[in-house]
Amino acid sequence: MMLNIILLVLFVVGAVWTMMTTRLLHSAVGLAFTSAVLTVLMFQLDSPLAAVFELSVCSGLVSAIFISTIMLTKRVTAEELIVRRKIRMAYFWFLPIVVVAAAIVLSLIHIPVDFKLPEPPAENNVKNIMWNLRHLDLLGQIAILLTGVFGVVTLFKEWKHD
Amino acid sequence: MLSLFVLLPFLAIVMLNLPLKMVTRHLALWFGIVLSAGQAFMVIFQPDVFWKGTDLLGRFFTLRLQVDNLSMVMLLSIGIVTFAAILVGRQTIADARLRFNFMNLVLLSLIGMNGMVLLSDLFSLYIFIEVVAISSFILIAFQRGLNALEGAFKYIILSAVATVLMLLSVSVLLMAAGDTSFSSVAAAVKNSSSSHFVRFAIGIFICGLFIKGGLVPFHGWLPAAYSTAPAAVSVLLAGIVTKVSGIYALIRLSTSVFGPDSSLNAVLMIAGAVSIVIGALAATGQSDFKRMLAYSSISQVGYIILALGCGTKLALVGAVFHLFNHSIFKSLLFVNSAAVEQQTGTSDMDKMGGLGSRMPYTNATSLIAFLSTAGVPPLAGFWSKLIIVIALWQSGHYIYAFIAILTSIITLGYLLSMQRRVFFGILSDKLQAVREAGFGIVFPACVLAAITVGVGLSFPFIFNSFIIPMGAFLK
Repeated sequence: MMLNIILLVLFVVGAVWTMMTTRLLHSAVGLAFTSAVLTVLMFQLDSPLAAVFELSVCSGLVSAIFISTIMLTKRVTAEELIVRRKIRMAYFWFLPIVVVAAAIVLSLIHIPVDFKLPEPPAENNVKNIMWNLRHLDLLGQIAILLTGVFGVVTLFKEWKHD
Repeated sequence: MLSLFVLLPFLAIVMLNLPLKMVTRHLALWFGIVLSAGQAFMVIFQPDVFWKGTDLLGRFFTLRLQVDNLSMVMLLSIGIVTFAAILVGRQTIADARLRFNFMNLVLLSLIGMNGMVLLSDLFSLYIFIEVVAISSFILIAFQRGLNALEGAFKYIILSAVATVLMLLSVSVLLMAAGDTSFSSVAAAVKNSSSSHFVRFAIGIFICGLFIKGGLVPFHGWLPAAYSTAPAAVSVLLAGIVTKVSGIYALIRLSTSVFGPDSSLNAVLMIAGAVSIVIGALAATGQSDFKRMLAYSSISQVGYIILALGCGTKLALVGAVFHLFNHSIFKSLLFVNSAAVEQQTGTSDMDKMGGLGSRMPYTNATSLIAFLSTAGVPPLAGFWSKLIIVIALWQSGHYIYAFIAILTSIITLGYLLSMQRRVFFGILSDKLQAVREAGFGIVFPACVLAAITVGVGLSFPFIFNSFIIPMGAFLK
C-alpha cells in the first residue's frame, strides 16, 4: 500500500513536471518517467497486460511528440526562456491544482461498472507477456522508433544541414 | 509464410541502413519495387510454395497473423499502390538523400499497413495504425515546404485526437474482455451489449477511425494533407494509407468485432451518405487539382461506408470491391496530377488547359480514371457502384440508393470539368514547352489504367470466382 502511494505521488510529480517545464527535452524525459511509474503501478495492480500496453504507447508517443515539436519549434535564448516561464506560470498556475483536485473528487465518486468483469489473467509475468506473447507489438514499437529516427534525420538533421 | 509480409520490409530497412551508403542508396529503389510488386504477385498468383510453405522466419516470432479474403484484397491494393508511389517518388524527388529517406519511410509504412491487415488484436491494431500515421506525417512534411508542414500539422493534431479516442476505447474494452484479441473483445461486446461503458468505447473507437478515414465531419485534415504532400506521398496517402488505417479497420471491426449491430450500421450509413454528398459538393468548387481529388476521395469513401452500414453480404462485397477500385483509380488520378504538376509547375487548374495534346498518356489514363470514378460502364468503378446501389435497393434503403446515384452525376460533372480545364481546349503560350512526364510516372499510370479497364471488362467472368468471395469474411 505504502509503495502504491509513493508511486502515485511520483506519478503526479512526473506528470506535473512534464506539463510545466519549459524545456522540450525535460518534458520528454518527464513523460517517459511518468509512463515508467504508471507501468510499475499497473504491474502492482495485477494488470501486466495494461502495463505492457503503457510501455508500448509511451514509445510511440514520445517519438510522435519529439517529431512534431522538432518540426514546430525553434531555439530560444535564456532571457526569452525566463520571460516565457513567467508568462506560463502567470496564466497556468492553477492547472496542476485543478487536475489534482479533480482526481481527488473523481476518486471519491463511485462510478458503477455496468458489465461483468472478466477473471484476472492467468499469465501474470511481464517478461513473458512482453517477450513471448506479443512479438507483433514489439515489432510495431521498433517500427515506430525507427520512423521517429527517420523523422528526426529527415526533418531536423537535414534541415540544419540546409 | 505470412510473417514475411511484415518481416521482409523490416529486414530491407536494416540492410539499407548498414554503413554502405554508396551501395544501399541505389538498392533502396529496387528493394521497394521488389517487395511491393512481389506482394501483388503473391496475392494474384497464389503460389503454394509461399502460402503453404514452412515459415522459417516466423518460427522465431509469435506474430499471430491471419489472412482471409478481405486481407488478400488489401494486400493486393497495398502492393500495387506502393509500387506506383515508389516509381513516382523515383521520378519526382530529385535529391538522392531525400529519395533514400523517402524509400525507408515507405518501407516502414508498408510494415504498418501489412501488419494492420494481417493482425487480429485490438491493441496491435492501435500500434500499427500509429506506425502508418507517424510515417505518413513525416512523409507529408519531408520536403519541408511551408504548406506541407501545415498539412502535416493538421494531420498530427487530428491524428492525436483519434489516437486518444482509440486508446481510451481499448482500455475500456480490455477491462471488459480481459484481453484485446478480436475474438475476446467480440465475445465481451456480445455479452455486455447493454453496457453503456462498452457502447461508449465502441462509439469513440469508431470516431477515431472516422478521423483516420477522413469521413465527414472529421475530414478537415484530409484536403490539406493530400494537396500539400509531395506528389508520390499523395499517391500513397490517397491510394492506400487512409483506406487501410481508417476504412479497412472500420470494415474489420464493425463486421467481426463490434458488430454486426443495427445502431452502428445506422450511424455508418448516415456518415457514409453525408460524406458522399459533402465531398462531392466541396469538390465542385475547387480549382486546385489535388484538392479537388482529395474532396472526391471523401465522397468515394462515403460509398464504401454507406455499403458497409447497409450490412448485407452483397453490400459488403460492393464495399470491398469499391475499396479496391477506389485505391486503383484514385492513385491513378494522383499519379496524373503528379505528372501535370511536375511538367507545368502548378496544380492550379485555372492556369492549365490543352495539355492533352502535349501529354497524351496522362490525358488518356486520366480519362479512364475519371470515368471509372464517376461510375461509367464498363470500367471497374461502375460495377462496384452498381453492386452498392443494388444492395441498398434490395435492403429497402431507397433514399440512400438515390443519394448514391445522384451524387454519381455530380461526380461526373466535376471530374468532366477537371478534364476539360486541364487537358482539353487550347494550349496557352506559357505551356507550349510542356512535354509528357517521364517513364517513372507514365508507366505506373498505364499499369493502374490497365487494371481499371481490365477489371471492368472481365467483371462478368470474375464475378463468381473473385468478386463474390470478397465478402466471405463476414462471420
